[in-house]
Amino acid sequence: MEIKKTATAGTLESSDIMVTVAPSSEKGIHIHLTSSVAMQFGPQIKEVITSCAKRLGIDDAEITAVDQGALDCVIKARTETALYRAAESTDYKWEA
Amino acid sequence: MVDHERLRRTMMFIPGNNPAMIKDAYIYGCDSIMFDLEDSVSPFEKDAARSLVFHALTTVDYGMKEKVVRVNALDTPVGIADLEAMVRAHVDVIRLPKTEKPEDIVFCDEQVTRIEKEIGLKVGTTGLMAAIESAKGVLNAPAIAVASNRLIGIALGAEDYVTDMKTTRSPEGTELFFARSMILHAARAAGIAALDTVYSDVNNEEGFRKEVTLIKQLGFDGKSIINPRQIAPVVEIFTPTAKEIEKAQAVMAAIEEAHKKGSGVISLKGKMVDRPIVLRAERTLKLAKAAKVLK
Repeated sequence: MEIKKTATAGTLESSDIMVTVAPSSEKGIHIHLTSSVAMQFGPQIKEVITSCAKRLGIDDAEITAVDQGALDCVIKARTETALYRAAESTDYKWEA
Repeated sequence: MVDHERLRRTMMFIPGNNPAMIKDAYIYGCDSIMFDLEDSVSPFEKDAARSLVFHALTTVDYGMKEKVVRVNALDTPVGIADLEAMVRAHVDVIRLPKTEKPEDIVFCDEQVTRIEKEIGLKVGTTGLMAAIESAKGVLNAPAIAVASNRLIGIALGAEDYVTDMKTTRSPEGTELFFARSMILHAARAAGIAALDTVYSDVNNEEGFRKEVTLIKQLGFDGKSIINPRQIAPVVEIFTPTAKEIEKAQAVMAAIEEAHKKGSGVISLKGKMVDRPIVLRAERTLKLAKAAKVLK
């Protein structure tokens, strides 16, 4: 998949995470994370986001995430939704 | 495979796009959790809710709770996309909204069968339930109830139904008597569960209790609920009294006694115990055990 536009998924409510995906002029996945638990879980949250992007075949993207204490399954869901929206794709590949 | 026997006293709707409610859904003690992808989700967030429920179902341990997902109508692209994801998430039951004719269930069954085959899941693993929400659906309830072996039950969706009937819901529920009776008869004739509609005014506990008492007396297996506060009253009303439990235990003891004696005739206090009495006693004890008033 290729990132074609900027797209967002998720909310700023408790237990959620708002993920915004944008096209990137630089190589690689660049993640800007804001989270009250960043010190403890920041690397893990970034790892989940990166894995989602890799699984969907995305190598280059600018990703901004505002975490409100989301579980991994919520981070996966919001990241994937933002990526599909940004790629203007509905060719969902369901994988846990 | 599909579980036709389990208790479904409380089937709690959880909005499909709300992470906080989805992660906590199993702690309240309802019998079934119904993740909703339909009416509680904005048309612009259908994809987000679908993904959220998929990842919750494949990650969160909901224990022994039955996991149900209300998908969008299958005559829309989002409805089919919902099915594709939820069968892959190994949901227990798909709740089909606005079922009007048996062909709706047959089509859903075919789609679920196709997806189960695609992912190597044993055909018949995923259950279905049909929500009946229109005059046409109510009149077709007997045919809908036997349209698929996957069906675990049929449910009344009263908000759309009363609109279709050009009326509104009243505290007494007079306008729902025909629909409730039809759905009950259709479910009982088919040997599946009959499930009642939601009671939307969560602050009116007295009205809610009256409605639950009514639908239990009519014969419903349970009720769709929209708030954890509604669980306890339903469980309380569906829980047999000490006297009912004692009577049911006496019936079962009389059966055991008759079997020991090799007698085909069962009697209790001089009265013959026939099959309907045994079936009622068994259900009483099942409800008592589920409510933890009997070990």
